[in-house]
Amino acid sequence: MKPLAAVLCGVMRTLVGAHARWQEAPTTAQSIYFANHTSHMDTLAIWAALGPRLRPLARPVAARDYWDRGALRRYVARKVLNVVFVERMKEGREGDPLAPLAAALAEGSSLILFPEGTRGTGPVPAAFRSGLYNLAQRFPAVRLVPVYLENMHRAMPKGTFVPIPVICTVRFGAPLERHADEAREAFLERSRAAVVALA
Amino acid sequence: MSGHQKFYWLMGGVVTLLLVASLVGALLAARARTEAARAVIANLNSRIRAWWVMVGIFAVAFLAGPIATLLLFACMSFFALREFVTLTPTKPADHVPLFLCFFVLIPLQYALIGYDWYGLFAILIPVYAFLILPAVAALAGDPDRFLERSAKLQWAVMVTVYCVSYTPALLLLHIPGYEGQDALLIFFLLLVTQMSDVLQYVFGKLLGRTLLAPTVSPSKTVEGLIGGGLAATAVGGAMYWITPFSPLEALGMSFVIVVMGFLGGLALSAVKRNLGVKDWGAMIEGHGGMLDRVDSLSFAAPVFFHLTRYFF
Repeated sequence: MKPLAAVLCGVMRTLVGAHARWQEAPTTAQSIYFANHTSHMDTLAIWAALGPRLRPLARPVAARDYWDRGALRRYVARKVLNVVFVERMKEGREGDPLAPLAAALAEGSSLILFPEGTRGTGPVPAAFRSGLYNLAQRFPAVRLVPVYLENMHRAMPKGTFVPIPVICTVRFGAPLERHADEAREAFLERSRAAVVALA
Repeated sequence: MSGHQKFYWLMGGVVTLLLVASLVGALLAARARTEAARAVIANLNSRIRAWWVMVGIFAVAFLAGPIATLLLFACMSFFALREFVTLTPTKPADHVPLFLCFFVLIPLQYALIGYDWYGLFAILIPVYAFLILPAVAALAGDPDRFLERSAKLQWAVMVTVYCVSYTPALLLLHIPGYEGQDALLIFFLLLVTQMSDVLQYVFGKLLGRTLLAPTVSPSKTVEGLIGGGLAATAVGGAMYWITPFSPLEALGMSFVIVVMGFLGGLALSAVKRNLGVKDWGAMIEGHGGMLDRVDSLSFAAPVFFHLTRYFF
């Protein structure tokens, strides 16, 4: 592990614990980990919780407007986390915004994804956007693993810049079942319910 | 005997005790037949393993000197406060007060011990934090459950920072004829509180019949308290040679430590039940969280400190 990665994991352990609870034994099979999103530390928390075996396989999906700004953040995003950038802003987009994610999945990477698309303020996630559905359609063999981040909205609420120490457990649920011909709305609601069920 | 010689004798005794405990644990594990017995023995053995680690950490901190000891206790306060805050409902308006508790109060409280500034050490949290934390919270402009939130935060820092910091504050004492050996008083306090917890657990498991306060703590028994408490008092009395006390004084001090430790465990058990949990956390294998290990210490340390400061 790179020294900076070890430091980041150490900071996460000290501040928020970020210990994983797996409903099923963790496997190295290609997965999309999708989670509720309440703080800037969420990506790091899941990344730290995945552990040394699964961590190198997973690439966090990160908004370019946040993670590609500032020298340190950009370095961490690119060199340590190996993120997949997405354009949240309409201006920066050319063509399919999901293309970089699909490319990463096609290469065999797992993804860490926040389907709400933005940070919420409470313990329960808001409605999911359709990105998760579209990726699930295009990659039917990839496991869809719901993840619930407990307490992260308390560690670093929206609008604050420094985290406070609160123990945040990262709960990994059982992979979502695949239903043939499921409508988009039904799928998104079911995947959201799978995250809420872990709360 | 010099302070270091006493320390090595003490560690020899503790290591011997742990070796015996590990041996007994292994024998019990081999003999356990029922599922319930196996679970109890497995928990006992993980507790013993955690004790090896805790004793090792303390021994290293002691040998590394007072700054390492202060850092160690600051970390203990940090993790205990983190457990308390995790289980206490807070709101975004508490963010700045919480930040101050973790990143200003904890370093400051332990730095004051390092700088030998007893006057401010004694009032920093009960006076200044008491005034400033709710004022800062009020600035965030959320009056919802304000008194409750302020009271809980003050309670949390009093127990996990102020009270716990009285243990390394023993380094502040300047007892005639005991110069340079104050760190041994820390060991004496830790030994008596922790032996009291361990012996109450052992006596409770062996002889426990009558529950002491079933609604507050389902594991505390009268037999455990009396047997374990008296045994721990005797252990403390027998350790008089590492303290500035006479044998009888060491016995009396140990008795006070045992009583306060018991009351601390009881009061914090009531807080746990109030918050709806069994353990404060899962940091120390078999024991629960940091606060499960230091609950008795947090009540015993201030009383032991002030008795020693007044009479010696």
